Amino acid sequence: MDAIVKKRIKQVIKGDQDAFGEIVEIYKNSIYQLCFRMLGNRHEAEDMAQEAFIRAYVNIKSFNQDLKFSTWLFRIATNLCIDRMRKKKPDYYLDAEVAGAEGLTMYSQIPSNTPLPESELESLQLQEAVQKEILKLPDKYRTAIVLKYMEELSLNEISEILDLPLGTVKTRIHRGREALRQQLRYV
Amino acid sequence: MCPEQIIELMHEYLDDEITPEQEQVLREHLLSCKECESLFNELKKTVAFVKSISTMQAPDNFTANVLSRLPKEKRRIWMQRWMKNHPLLAAASLFFILMMGSLFSTWNQDKDFSVSKQKNLVVRNNTVIVPKGETVKGDVIVRNGNLDIEGEVQGDVTVINGEKYLASAGHVTGQIDEVNEVFDWIWYHIKKTSQDVVQIFGDQPETK
Ligand SMILES: [Zn+2]
Repeated sequence: MDAIVKKRIKQVIKGDQDAFGEIVEIYKNSIYQLCFRMLGNRHEAEDMAQEAFIRAYVNIKSFNQDLKFSTWLFRIATNLCIDRMRKKKPDYYLDAEVAGAEGLTMYSQIPSNTPLPESELESLQLQEAVQKEILKLPDKYRTAIVLKYMEELSLNEISEILDLPLGTVKTRIHRGREALRQQLRYV
Repeated sequence: MCPEQIIELMHEYLDDEITPEQEQVLREHLLSCKECESLFNELKKTVAFVKSISTMQAPDNFTANVLSRLPKEKRRIWMQRWMKNHPLLAAASLFFILMMGSLFSTWNQDKDFSVSKQKNLVVRNNTVIVPKGETVKGDVIVRNGNLDIEGEVQGDVTVINGEKYLASAGHVTGQIDEVNEVFDWIWYHIKKTSQDVVQIFGDQPETK
């Protein structure tokens, strides 16, 4: 697929918008999902996802064709979503750490080997609960968690997308995971 | 109290970055510590929950909507076609867009007398003379000076910011242009540019 994408990018640089349409088709679901998981609103997610593709198109000449296109595209989309989230939120929430995420000493007494719910209704409720808790995460943890578990990207790719050292990415995923654990353990 | 390191190992495990030795340490601890075992199970459950969220589909018409919001690249393609079909107008537009800014300064700076180089042209006090009985071959261009044609010019004559006298015996085989006003000057450049454009597009066979 990378070879197809590379070929399409060359065509886009020459001004071929149909070739760009094919690139959008390839990545639209993952970019839309990324935006939705980050923003929690379908309308905004669609708007941001479209914006991400438009920026990619406009800046296609600055894309280094030796690199992975998806990494570059995810970076554009992630930055757009983070900007949007910052504009939406009151400031005090920006740098708030997840309560207890540092300590990790609050051990649960509840037996936790409950199987995943099977009926569709339960599954839908669970999905909503999980989405809600993801949206409660501070943006830096949320971004890392979404890229890791929704987009199933490797830690290395996430570190490239966010332009952060691998160690920082790991810490954010650990803290995000711990925060979600605390929120979801009674589900 | 359990060592902080055990929780680190749980995360290393969940990141698939744990070494077999570390995994051994973790497993041994979990066997002997209910609290850590339960924490570990919760973390695994959390990951399973997050992964269980179904994959989302972009809304209908997403791609079409993106394409409709792109800057109008197609207009550029349309422009190219239009320019091929209307070289004079295209050159005029191009000329106005690109040159208007620098034009008037060019017009003002361009005060020096100059004349195209032909052997039998005679120059006297900013007046170029095509002597009687002589034949000048090629286009004659005089800037900021006058032209007195008493002989024959085999080609076009252009006098920019000057006057031309054509004696009764004088003869010009091509076109005669006098450019004295700023707008004449512009028009002269437009025609010149459009001829260049016609040549450029004429040389290129249409692709596709
Ligand atoms: Zn323990």
